Amino acid sequence: MILGVESAALIALAGVAGILVTATVLIALLRRRLPEATHTELVQRVRSWWVMAAVFTVAIVVNEVVSLVFFALVSFLALKEYFSLIPTRRVDRSVIFLAYLTIPAQYAIIGLEWYGIFIIFIPVYVFLLLPFRMVLGGETNHFLRAVGTTQWGLMAMVFGISHVAYLLVLPGELNPGAGGPGLVLFLVFLTQFNDVGQYVWGKTLGRHKVVPQVSPGKTVEGLIGGVVTTLVLAWVLGPWLTPMSHLESLGAGLLIGIGGFAGDVTISALKRDLGVKDTGSLLPGHGGMLDRVDSLIYTAPLFFHYLYFLHYSPTALGLL
Amino acid sequence: MNRVLRWVFFTVIVRTVILLVLGLNVRNRERLPTEGPAVLAANHNSHLDTMVLMSLMGTRRGRVRPVAAADYFLRNRFMTWFSLQIIGVLPIERQRSEDGGDPLAACGEALERGEILIFFPEGSRGEPEQLAQFRGGVAKLAARHPDVPVVPIYTHGLGKALPKGQALLVPFFADVFVGEGLRGSDVDGDFLEALRERFEGLRKEGVFADWD
Repeated sequence: MILGVESAALIALAGVAGILVTATVLIALLRRRLPEATHTELVQRVRSWWVMAAVFTVAIVVNEVVSLVFFALVSFLALKEYFSLIPTRRVDRSVIFLAYLTIPAQYAIIGLEWYGIFIIFIPVYVFLLLPFRMVLGGETNHFLRAVGTTQWGLMAMVFGISHVAYLLVLPGELNPGAGGPGLVLFLVFLTQFNDVGQYVWGKTLGRHKVVPQVSPGKTVEGLIGGVVTTLVLAWVLGPWLTPMSHLESLGAGLLIGIGGFAGDVTISALKRDLGVKDTGSLLPGHGGMLDRVDSLIYTAPLFFHYLYFLHYSPTALGLL
Repeated sequence: MNRVLRWVFFTVIVRTVILLVLGLNVRNRERLPTEGPAVLAANHNSHLDTMVLMSLMGTRRGRVRPVAAADYFLRNRFMTWFSLQIIGVLPIERQRSEDGGDPLAACGEALERGEILIFFPEGSRGEPEQLAQFRGGVAKLAARHPDVPVVPIYTHGLGKALPKGQALLVPFFADVFVGEGLRGSDVDGDFLEALRERFEGLRKEGVFADWD
């Protein structure tokens, strides 16, 4: 245990660094065999992965406050990209400002470990209050569109992503080997590896398109290859990084594999609707923050509640 | 003292707001002039416009002078100090003064000193996120200094973040598209028309969300 982080989580982080070293070397070796543009894009992507992995490591290793601030920042950047892309109304400027304020509120609730409030703050209270605040603005034109898009953005970028942060404050003694960072690593690593897996399997074996109108690059072969890879990884990593058994880990792998795909194509549909290719330019080779966390929006709540039900809920702990 | 305050203002406050609260997507940054004399001509939606352009100029900031209306920016002692000492504006009279003075004379002198002017051809900020009629000042400058490049810069989103008449800054990403410099000597016909065409071209490069 170093800096309060269990050794399993540290070994897993070292493993991530190992994978990035391998990817960097592999791409350097493939230089002559790939078209110039593809090679440049891969180099950019891997470089961005290095930066993301480094920032992520610092964020989850130092302490809980740093971790919460980090995930709050991820929510903020994703929400800002979203609000900048969608049509908004001038009259809603102050409503949008309030919507941003749900981020510090939600992450403070996580810091206080108020599970009951964490789970209802945005889906219940914000859901009821923001439209009312909008009514006070007095403009009914495009009212429903404004209510719907604002709440959807908050559910995805704030409520959804904040589930990653809640993993960090779940009781550590229930996951003695790897603690909260182990849970976050399992979720984030599998989600991101699933993305890469679907991309690589799709590029090498892809034939049949899944949703050609939304995301022409996505194929059945990529999806299945990605899910199978994620299942294998979940089986291996689950019992080591989380309190789940091998079998339970397979369930988590399936949720992450399919949920990740769903999140990815959902954001693709949104971008297509808005007529943009990327949601931003924050991460060279990847696009914006929202392009990177699209799968996590789905996998984080799915994985969290699956794990919570099995190992952390009052029922699971035999308190009820 | 003022130099220290100016440095703190731009490197701490302005940079934090622009990088963290707003976030910029800059296209063709390399087209920004590296040395004066030059004119940065931008559309004007928000007080943030000047801050963003100053910030993009980085260490060249010392030579950058935003051209601003004296009646607004020098309206009291505090604003005068802040505008002149911290921002470094070049104040001009919006109306030709009664004794027939030339409102653009100061701009010409600044260009001769090799400074970089920030000029808003629309005049005031106007309706957020809409391109208003260009005024003639920039064309006069280009005619008087035919070798000075006028660099068109189209920004979008800053008027959503901080429109005219509002004090609440709401985070939105902003686009900044830098066009190719246009010199008075390059244009045979109407300079304003040519500049406006560049702006329309830049605007068409982006996909912007509705804001009604």
